[in-house]
Amino acid sequence: MQKENTPQLKAQAREFNFFYGPVQALKNINMPIYDKKVTALIGPSGCGKSTYLRSFNRMHDLYPGNRYEGEIRFYPDNTNLLSPEVDPIEVRMRVGMVFQKPNPFPKTIYENVAYGLRVRGEKNRRVLDDKVEQALKGAAIWDEVKDRLQDLAPNLSGGQQQRLCIARALATDPELLLFDEPTSALDPIATGAIEELVHELKQRVTILIVTHNMQQAARVSDYTAYMYLGEMIEFGKTDDIFIKPQDKRTEDYITGRMG
Amino acid sequence: MRAGAASQPEGNIAMNTAIMTETHTISDRLSKNVMRNVTERIIEGLLFAAAAVSVLTTVGIVYVLVSESIHFFQNVSIVDFLTDTQWTPLFDDAHFGISVLISGTVVSSAVALAVAIPMGTVIAIYLSEFANGKVRELAKPILEMLGGIPTIVFGYFALLIVTPILQKIFPELPGFSLLSAGLVMGIMIVPYVASLSEDAMRAVPMSLREGAYAMGSTRLYTAIHVVVPAAFSGLAASYILGISRAVGETMILAVAAGMQPNLTWNPMEPAATITSFIVQVALGDLPHGSIGYQTIFAAGLTLLLITLVFNILGQWLRRKYRENY
Amino acid sequence: MQAMDTQQTRALIARGKLKDTLFAALGIICLGIGLLVIFALVADMVIKGSERLNLDFFMNFASRRAAQAGILSAWVGSLLVMLVTAAAAVPLGVAAGLYLEEYARRNLITEIIEINITNLAAVPSIVYGLLALGIFVYTFGFGQSILSAGLTLALLILPIVIVATREAIRAIPAMIREGSMAVGATRWQTCRYHIVPYAMPGILTGVIIGMARAIGETAPIITIGALTFIAFLPPAPLTTMNDGATAGLFDWVMSPFTVMPIQIFNWTSRPDPAFEVNAAAAGFVLMAMVLTMNGVAIWLRYRLRKNIKW
Repeated sequence: MQKENTPQLKAQAREFNFFYGPVQALKNINMPIYDKKVTALIGPSGCGKSTYLRSFNRMHDLYPGNRYEGEIRFYPDNTNLLSPEVDPIEVRMRVGMVFQKPNPFPKTIYENVAYGLRVRGEKNRRVLDDKVEQALKGAAIWDEVKDRLQDLAPNLSGGQQQRLCIARALATDPELLLFDEPTSALDPIATGAIEELVHELKQRVTILIVTHNMQQAARVSDYTAYMYLGEMIEFGKTDDIFIKPQDKRTEDYITGRMG
Repeated sequence: MRAGAASQPEGNIAMNTAIMTETHTISDRLSKNVMRNVTERIIEGLLFAAAAVSVLTTVGIVYVLVSESIHFFQNVSIVDFLTDTQWTPLFDDAHFGISVLISGTVVSSAVALAVAIPMGTVIAIYLSEFANGKVRELAKPILEMLGGIPTIVFGYFALLIVTPILQKIFPELPGFSLLSAGLVMGIMIVPYVASLSEDAMRAVPMSLREGAYAMGSTRLYTAIHVVVPAAFSGLAASYILGISRAVGETMILAVAAGMQPNLTWNPMEPAATITSFIVQVALGDLPHGSIGYQTIFAAGLTLLLITLVFNILGQWLRRKYRENY
Repeated sequence: MQAMDTQQTRALIARGKLKDTLFAALGIICLGIGLLVIFALVADMVIKGSERLNLDFFMNFASRRAAQAGILSAWVGSLLVMLVTAAAAVPLGVAAGLYLEEYARRNLITEIIEINITNLAAVPSIVYGLLALGIFVYTFGFGQSILSAGLTLALLILPIVIVATREAIRAIPAMIREGSMAVGATRWQTCRYHIVPYAMPGILTGVIIGMARAIGETAPIITIGALTFIAFLPPAPLTTMNDGATAGLFDWVMSPFTVMPIQIFNWTSRPDPAFEVNAAAAGFVLMAMVLTMNGVAIWLRYRLRKNIKW
């Protein structure tokens, strides 16, 4: 019975520590990420949830002085994403990311979405056209931009830009998609559209999302992890976390007594 | 009330005195304030005058060049000036074809930019996207030192060091050539292009780079496909400044390119440029008001117009491709 | 991801990283060329010029015989011209920067001044020489004097001083200004006792960089007609001149002169290779002056960045 209900693992953090120079930002994190599910990371500002998220695609490798300890296992091939032998570029080709502020490249809408494909050496025009269309449809923005694919992306509205960034990430069929507070720079209507999209996307891709907004976590996620001061306090099904949290600190945060 | 007031005359007097002293101090302070305001006004006027000197400089430049050029064009037709293929203003059989000087300027500038733009851009990309803090700390002073070398010293370098080296590679190269002067001019311009381009690229927000890296880009791919397009207007501005420097550079050409007028598009030849012609004439002793004297102002006006065109082009480019990140 | 796919991806990444490495090497080579040029220049001048670099070289006038020629009139001329340049450019530049940052209202005139300063910085230096020839030499009648040269170079470096002043002032937080105004200081008092002193190191850096540029400028000085061969010094104040009269305090500013870059130009252009040695030695002296000034400016800015914590 139990086995049937437990979904497959996509990734798993094991005794994961992270250091910004001498400062330890994440302490001994153990946590599963389930395949084709949405996992939300919540917690007060500075709790390390973004730091944790950015470890999955090795963003910290871009800056000197950062250090990982422990493992993040990635399945089905059981690769340790953090291993020094694993090239961060290879990790990033498998793990997509959507940022806090929409960051479309100063290129056309088409070239933004085709970017990842071109990075991967795709030159066939028909393949590109096809994948760009699929990605834009997947990000629910195709109807709005199909007649102006050659317009500059930064001219789109904030909400459209963010969906374009999602399309950009989708175009290369990532196995895991990271969202770093994707709606914090958007108005409520655009936020609603993104949330709906996240909900649809889990048919295709595993999602890990950092959010400030507890209602958002409750609305979009299947699993929720509560983090505090660099530690993972509690992880579980979203319903369980929100209805009957085990830890007092989680309860305080969720009920608004803290954070 | 009345009785009360009458019964306390001393109090009233005391109050009146107090009021009087107060009015006295107030008016005193007011008069001081008036003085202060006057001084402030005068000072502001003086400071404004200092700021206006820059405008006066421009007005002066335009006035001098245009008024002397008007005298010049009373003697020489503009058509001849633009179409004649000879430049012999000091000969008895005088010809005033500015295209002769422009050819020298264009060729030497082209050689210089062929060095400065690629080298400057590569250095800028390297410093902004590849190098760590230590390398950058080391490289910046090198570039600043290179940019601070007086152009006359670069002229010496071109004539006495670079030309002999080039002559080993191209034995037919004459002792004075546009090539040698242009190459050294390029080296001179590299720091300007590099530091302005680097500033432009460093101004590109980190979030764009992170977006590119998150897609699996390498450093070079990110630099070329995301950072450079985002910083395009800044890069264009740095190239335009490079062109202005090349067109206006004088001493390297006066020393190393020879000063004989020569309508040529071949960098292997010696030739005069607009600037080196002005130097050549100024070195001689031309009487104020003679046609030769006026010639250098006509040449100077041409030079100013060329740099003006590039400046306007630069500003137009900047407006057209204003960074939108 | 299939096995084959992974292989392809890895090959792709390896190619990309190779390109990264090659580009980084190219960047270092380009920087190396710059360093090499500085090194080659200095080395060449030191080696060639070493036989002339002695006290006599600094104490002799120019001569037709290379071995006896020195740079006395040139370095004295450079020094005096710089004195005039600094006396004109520093007050004007600081005042203009102060006006634009602290006084100017956002209006058309201010905008014209700002655009104008940006554009002046791109005007070729020889054009300033033509301006000076027309205005200072002939219209004002200053002649081919130290005064004309100093003022010309002052105009040339004015944009540098103004921009440095503005940047230094802009780095001062608004609270300093507000604090001073709040105790009743006028705008000028605020500038005089707070803004200018705090901005001083930044202004000084800009002034030094400007002066380093000015001391190496040749073209505008040639245009106004500096002499290339001169065997006397400008009259020192209160000394007896050749004609028996006593020199006034400022007689030297109207004197004919030569400067270091022109002396180098003169020696470089001579066909006799013996003068190459002189050119190298004088070039080395000029380079040493300029690089020292730039070095001081770089050091000052570095110190500045370290020290200031608002």
